Amino acid sequence: MSQDTHQTSPEEGPSGFVQAVDERGAAVVAAAGKGLTPRRSAGPPKAVSRALSHPLFAWAVVAFAIAMPFINSQAYAIRISTDALIFVMLAVGLNVVVGYCGLLDLGYAAFFAIGAYTSGILATTFDWHIALTVPFVIIAAVIGGLLIGGPTLRLRSDYLAIVTLGFGEIIRITANNLDFTGGPNGIFGIPDFGNFGLRTDIATYWVTAGVVSLAVLASARLGRGRLGRAWRFVREDEDAAEAMGIHTYKIKFAAYVTGAIFGGLAGVLFAAHQTAISPMSFNFLWSALILMAVVLGGMGSTPGVVVGALVISLLPELLRGAENWRYLVFGVLLIVVMIFRPQGIWPHRVSEKPSKIEKRRAREQAKGVSA
Amino acid sequence: MSAQPASDVTSSRAPLRPVLLAVRDMTVAFGGVTAVNGLSFDAHQGEVLSVIGPNGAGKTSAFNCITGFYKPSAGRVVFDGHDITGKRPAIIAGRGVARTFQNLRLFGELTVLDNVRAGMHVRLRQNALDAVLHTPRYHRSEQEATDEAHRWLDFVGSSGDRGGAVRNLPYGEQRRVEIARALAREPKMLLLDEPAAGLNHGEKEALLGLLRRISELGTAVVLIEHDMGLVMEVSERIVVLNYGKEIAEGTPHEIRTNPAVIEAYLGSTDAEARAEAEQVAQMSDAEIFGEQEEGRS
Repeated sequence: MSQDTHQTSPEEGPSGFVQAVDERGAAVVAAAGKGLTPRRSAGPPKAVSRALSHPLFAWAVVAFAIAMPFINSQAYAIRISTDALIFVMLAVGLNVVVGYCGLLDLGYAAFFAIGAYTSGILATTFDWHIALTVPFVIIAAVIGGLLIGGPTLRLRSDYLAIVTLGFGEIIRITANNLDFTGGPNGIFGIPDFGNFGLRTDIATYWVTAGVVSLAVLASARLGRGRLGRAWRFVREDEDAAEAMGIHTYKIKFAAYVTGAIFGGLAGVLFAAHQTAISPMSFNFLWSALILMAVVLGGMGSTPGVVVGALVISLLPELLRGAENWRYLVFGVLLIVVMIFRPQGIWPHRVSEKPSKIEKRRAREQAKGVSA
Repeated sequence: MSAQPASDVTSSRAPLRPVLLAVRDMTVAFGGVTAVNGLSFDAHQGEVLSVIGPNGAGKTSAFNCITGFYKPSAGRVVFDGHDITGKRPAIIAGRGVARTFQNLRLFGELTVLDNVRAGMHVRLRQNALDAVLHTPRYHRSEQEATDEAHRWLDFVGSSGDRGGAVRNLPYGEQRRVEIARALAREPKMLLLDEPAAGLNHGEKEALLGLLRRISELGTAVVLIEHDMGLVMEVSERIVVLNYGKEIAEGTPHEIRTNPAVIEAYLGSTDAEARAEAEQVAQMSDAEIFGEQEEGRS
């Protein structure tokens, strides 16, 4: 491209460079020459972006999610909303592993399956209320997280992806071949959370909305604390993190286990919502779609991942008009988004507001200059 | 051994301080190459010790061995009374050893403040549950971390934007942030691998002042550096390596006049070194790369 401009420029008056300076100003061109092109204001304008990143906006979204049944209480709308919320939970869970800690996990559906099966089996065989299965689901998910974490601690990138992919398939195939998991038929007749005097699907929706809201909040907060920072250190540079005294194996274990717990709890919600589960519910496509939600939304960014998950789960429904073509359109749309916004729809922004100390320091410096 | 008289001089210069780091007969081998070959030296509490030597003398390999990134094939490393030979880097760092890297190893996509907070990670008193529930302990701990990060950045004289990504800072600033990150570990010993590399004259002056301030904190500093002006100015003692072995040890003055050191840096005779350089200059790229590939296979 640059060759073309050089060749044509002598005949066509001012060179591309001069034109560029005229049009865009010398400073911008000089900066571009050093590879410092200021990012095109691709995002929303400043006021909008400030409003979006305000905590009140997050609460507004939670309020909307809880009010959904009042807006549209059709069975279909409630069903796809519940599915979408469960998907959000899976995505924020995977975001801990992939987004925060940088461990590429292609078998995340395994934890989803572990959660759903543990809950389903306990609730159907022992006739328990499904909420009682939650502690056991957490234990099973932690064991699953340790099982996948242990052998993969030393692995990076591609190798890690292959092993996690294998783990996902192992869990699915195991469930397919064992008797107590119901084999290929799976488990059916899983109880729901109870109807609390409401329509059952709406009650399930509200339980799901509550759990998922808390999960999203927890994952966002985890990402900011001491452990969350350690995850990001490991993602950025494992050796440097070690040199700072951060035990990277423990930190990676923590990421796997946290991700596993989110996945397992999402499995409980899924089991209660579907009332029947089978190995086919947890195939590789699920893992791929959850990862897609994380990447599409913006790795490491909680609001981004929520948006990504909503897009991935709701877009095929909105595209029903395209009938048989809808998955083709869906795929093309995803590719288009990734081409024009590779950092994700709502990427994590690397910036921190100046603290009180820094503001004071800046004020003192300003005073020093004026004096 | 040439080391003997040198340590006598040190003791006369300053009261004999207890040994903080003792390296004994350390050997590091990669396949057929022995990068460090039976290296022994001590570093004392609070002293500034420089490790110098020609390129490929094994300085960085020795550093990586002390900090746990390589496992020595033989020998012992004792730090502050604990045997740390072959331990994990995190364990060694936990004992109070902090380091910087020859090629900056900052967390590029994170903010400057977060980078410095990495040094405090092991000291922060909060757990995951505090972070999820936003307990008072969490807020207190985060506030302390932020204040302390600012203090360390002030200490190293960092003036860049602290809330932005560290990769956007100029190179010299990034070097300072890396030192601030290591200092935030509050180490007993700080290992700096070529901190002056790529710095301009003014920045080197500032680094000299910073090294003195670090030394005043009571932190021992072990420095690998090629800038002899800086080394001679700041070091209390100097260890000279060549071919993975210690060839000399002593005060800057002793090292400057040591014939073994002069030989290591300039070659046995000037004529020989010049002939070798000419030979390399005449070789074509293909010859050089061809030879390397043969060496690899």
